[in-house]
Amino acid sequence: MNMAGPFPLQNIIENFNGQVCVDANVTDMPCVVVYPKDLLALCLFLRDDNAFQFNFMADICGVDFYPDLPRYQLVYHLYSISLGWRLRIKCPLDDPPKAPTITPIWTTANWHEREAYDMFGIVFEDHPDLRRIYMWQDFEGWPMRKDFPLRGYKDKYNPFGEEKPTINNGPVGDIL
Amino acid sequence: MGSLTERYKDNVLFTTSDNIINWSRKSSLWPETFGIACCAIEMIAAGCARYDLDRFGVVFRPSPRQSDVMIIAGTVTKKMAPIIRRLYDQMPEPRYVIAMGTCAISGGVYNTYSVVQGSDLFVPVDVHVAGCPPRPDALLHGMVLLQEKIIASRHSNPQLKEQEQDSPQSPLAKQPPFSKENV
Repeated sequence: MNMAGPFPLQNIIENFNGQVCVDANVTDMPCVVVYPKDLLALCLFLRDDNAFQFNFMADICGVDFYPDLPRYQLVYHLYSISLGWRLRIKCPLDDPPKAPTITPIWTTANWHEREAYDMFGIVFEDHPDLRRIYMWQDFEGWPMRKDFPLRGYKDKYNPFGEEKPTINNGPVGDIL
Repeated sequence: MGSLTERYKDNVLFTTSDNIINWSRKSSLWPETFGIACCAIEMIAAGCARYDLDRFGVVFRPSPRQSDVMIIAGTVTKKMAPIIRRLYDQMPEPRYVIAMGTCAISGGVYNTYSVVQGSDLFVPVDVHVAGCPPRPDALLHGMVLLQEKIIASRHSNPQLKEQEQDSPQSPLAKQPPFSKENV
């Protein structure tokens, strides 16, 4: 591992003039904020640029800020195995949440994106295999959203759940 | 063996059919090799040399077709429940179920959208072994309790027969063995 001086955060800002900004509240690692339309270009740049070499996509998290706006956010964690750098990318999303897939850039993103889709209902456009990964295929709703009841909806296996609202009558979440 | 062979040579033992059937059933309780969560680690420990379930005739079998007992060792998710029910349906009768640990008994701390709130919602449970997880001794005790239950059962008494699991009167027998509605 060869850590070459301080992290060249300014390189990113200069290359994506006005499309990427720094989140100064984050202290544990460099963190940038980008909107979904520029996400793919940023990821490609970070992977292929010699000054960064982010060849490892470590994690994708979904966040639900309900009732704040913008409601959803994706958080990507990148790691450069060759240079030892970490980077966090935050990507705010509208409601209903949609984002471009980064599976063609880092193949490992496939299952991470399926997880974010399964738990939050975030749709990744052009994803090769966007199915639920934890819950069964017939499951209705997005369990990690803040308007989903913690104990789920009542059924024969879960007598303590809440009464299930109809689709037009409550926050069940849209079903693809 | 010499003195024993001499002593019981050409002898006849009298017993009741209940006794001999129950004795043979309780002496070879074969559980499925099947663990779902952390309780399975304690179940494995109970089967290994230190606690040695083998001395009760409890030998883990790799197939439900060869098993008599199902030890539900761990948290049962709603996704897993139909599969466990199918494994139960594949076991030949008489079959018994031990719910091992708080999660299998009641869902435990996982009072959430994805966890079944107690295994008796989808299979008839004979013995509940409490603990989180139960120590191997507790599982041994559960096995002994199950043996006592088997020894006490009477096959000639129609009243007791009715209570036997999966008789046509049992509500579980009417349930379809595996379907989407089970989820």
